[in-house]
Amino acid sequence: MIRRTLAIAVKELRQLRRDVRTTLALLGMPVVLLLLYGYALSFDVRHIRLAVVDQDGGRAARELREAFLATDTFDLVSAGNDARALDALFDSGRAQAALVIPHGYGSDRVAGRATTVQLVLDGSDAQTATAVLGYARQIVASAAPVWREPHSLGAIRPVASVWYNPDLSSSRFLVPGLLGFILMVTAVIATALAVVREKERGTMESLRATPLVAIELLIGKTLPYLLIGSVAAAGAIALAWGLFDVPVRGSLLALAAVTLLFLAGGLGLGMLISTMAETQQVAFQAALLISMLPTLLLSGFIFPISSMPRALQLVTHVVPARYYLVALRGIVLKGTGPEAWGMEAVALGIFATVVLLVATVRTVRSL
Amino acid sequence: MSAAVTVAARGLTRRFGEFVAVDEVSFTVAAGEIFGFLGSNGAGKTTTIRMLCGLLAPTSGDATVLGFDIAHHADAIKRRIGYMSQRFSLYTDLTVAENLRFWGSAYGLGGDRLAGRAAWAIEMAELADRRHTLVRELPAGYRQRLALGAALLHEPPVVFLDEPTGGVDPEARRHFWDLIDTLSGEGTTVFVTTHSMDEAERCHRVALMHAGRLLALDTVPALKATLAAGTLVEIACPRAAQALPVVEGMAGVREAALFGDLLHAALDAASRRDGLALEIAACGFAPVEVRPIAPSLEDAFIHTIRGAEEQASGVRGPGSGSGE
Repeated sequence: MIRRTLAIAVKELRQLRRDVRTTLALLGMPVVLLLLYGYALSFDVRHIRLAVVDQDGGRAARELREAFLATDTFDLVSAGNDARALDALFDSGRAQAALVIPHGYGSDRVAGRATTVQLVLDGSDAQTATAVLGYARQIVASAAPVWREPHSLGAIRPVASVWYNPDLSSSRFLVPGLLGFILMVTAVIATALAVVREKERGTMESLRATPLVAIELLIGKTLPYLLIGSVAAAGAIALAWGLFDVPVRGSLLALAAVTLLFLAGGLGLGMLISTMAETQQVAFQAALLISMLPTLLLSGFIFPISSMPRALQLVTHVVPARYYLVALRGIVLKGTGPEAWGMEAVALGIFATVVLLVATVRTVRSL
Repeated sequence: MSAAVTVAARGLTRRFGEFVAVDEVSFTVAAGEIFGFLGSNGAGKTTTIRMLCGLLAPTSGDATVLGFDIAHHADAIKRRIGYMSQRFSLYTDLTVAENLRFWGSAYGLGGDRLAGRAAWAIEMAELADRRHTLVRELPAGYRQRLALGAALLHEPPVVFLDEPTGGVDPEARRHFWDLIDTLSGEGTTVFVTTHSMDEAERCHRVALMHAGRLLALDTVPALKATLAAGTLVEIACPRAAQALPVVEGMAGVREAALFGDLLHAALDAASRRDGLALEIAACGFAPVEVRPIAPSLEDAFIHTIRGAEEQASGVRGPGSGSGE
């Protein structure tokens, strides 16, 4: 039994060694994707084109304006005192945000009265607009001691303190998700193709005529990809640490254990696909569809699960990346132990077990 | 397990939906025999082999291989048989030695036995100086020999070869059949499918498959003799293709077929021969020469299939017409 399983694993590794392209893709893809997405996928808001309409013209107004321009968050594109100019600026896209300081702002400040400034935002990019609003609030709050919420009664001073990621760097938030995404996609595709390739080339028929049993084939086929997946994962984590300043605050052992569980589920999913697809093309597309979309959309990688419709939230429970992300963010960003993500690890284990079992049963039937 | 019988099939049937791929096939194969399964593509040869190797469950009927029932002991059968599928069974991106090591291990071989058997296979396939060559770089003839070697690593008493010489040149094909002779001489039962008459001639017994049914099963001389009763002649005349329908329509001609630029015809009686030449000449195909010939296996094959088809259309009744 062990001999036959090892024979398959060794054979698979030999074939991979000859197939330089695939091996490079498996090992290099996570790194390339991480670089690509890591740099491109950023929700950090920088260089917002700001128009300033200063109707007050006093010292306090100038100070507020300087506060906005002090960081590289805002770039001044227009300054004036006529709010009617804003329409054209926003229509042409020259301005993304405008700060309107009304007449009397300075005297209100001097008198210690509650006062208002207006922030006009281009809401066609809601995500950016929301982020800009947050920044603007911080700036106003620090420049002026009082920030008045619309529709609120008294003067409220919001105090926000962000833990784990104090400068709200989106790469720190995204990279763990990216890691899960990349591992899932490569694990599912690699295993699905590895089995279907045998069907397509006709060697499966000969394998079936040997005393080989399903579990030997399954383990023998997944082991090499588990190995490669682990190497790729380690590389990606090191890269994330080196380039994107994503620290690993928790235990590396826990990280490895959770990653292995997650990979096992992905490999099982690939096996399952391989029992249904007859050609590599079909397997590739099915693998891509099953691994990529849910991991991207339903895992909390980009869109928070809590803001999804109820039905979709239910669906996310069968997306393994959902659990992996919670555990990964916990281990990497917060340095928490199993008490914080134990349930997620259990869920990953259940997913891997179920998928591998179903794949085995289906392989037994086809063998 | 009875000593002499390696394979026994009784009413073996396999349907795919409405289509009957193998229809009530029964036969036995003796130990050490070279048993040929002859038939055109789609005749049911591969389906039969796959059932015997435990890869496909029969719809009805049963069979034993080495005394094991194919429906219940497929695992026991798989451990004891060799199988060379119609599709090439080796990994082309592995070397000769790597392939042998893998397939040997898949059959549970290890250590000295694996090394010894791999060495045997390499010698048999005459690949001693190419053991580290990738299989994809080998000529087709060597590949087939290596595939045979891989199927024999665990020294199975019976080996199933499904069209083993497809795409192989005649020289390599003869070489391959020499190996089969040797195997059989050493006591291995060889169950081989082919659609080549030359290859079928080298089998001890030949089973003729057509449209899922087993039409005839006998030694090659006996199959040929079924035709010897109705005298077979070769007719040389100009424009043989045009002459064919004329000859077919003549009294006393059971059947006729085109063979190159000659006609072969089966006559009801040998005495019909002399009159036939005159009649054909009278129809405008002079000069005519009619000579008796010993039937080839192909003659026997065509004769048997025609007989079966006539019988089938006869059973269907005159109203159904000829559905050929």
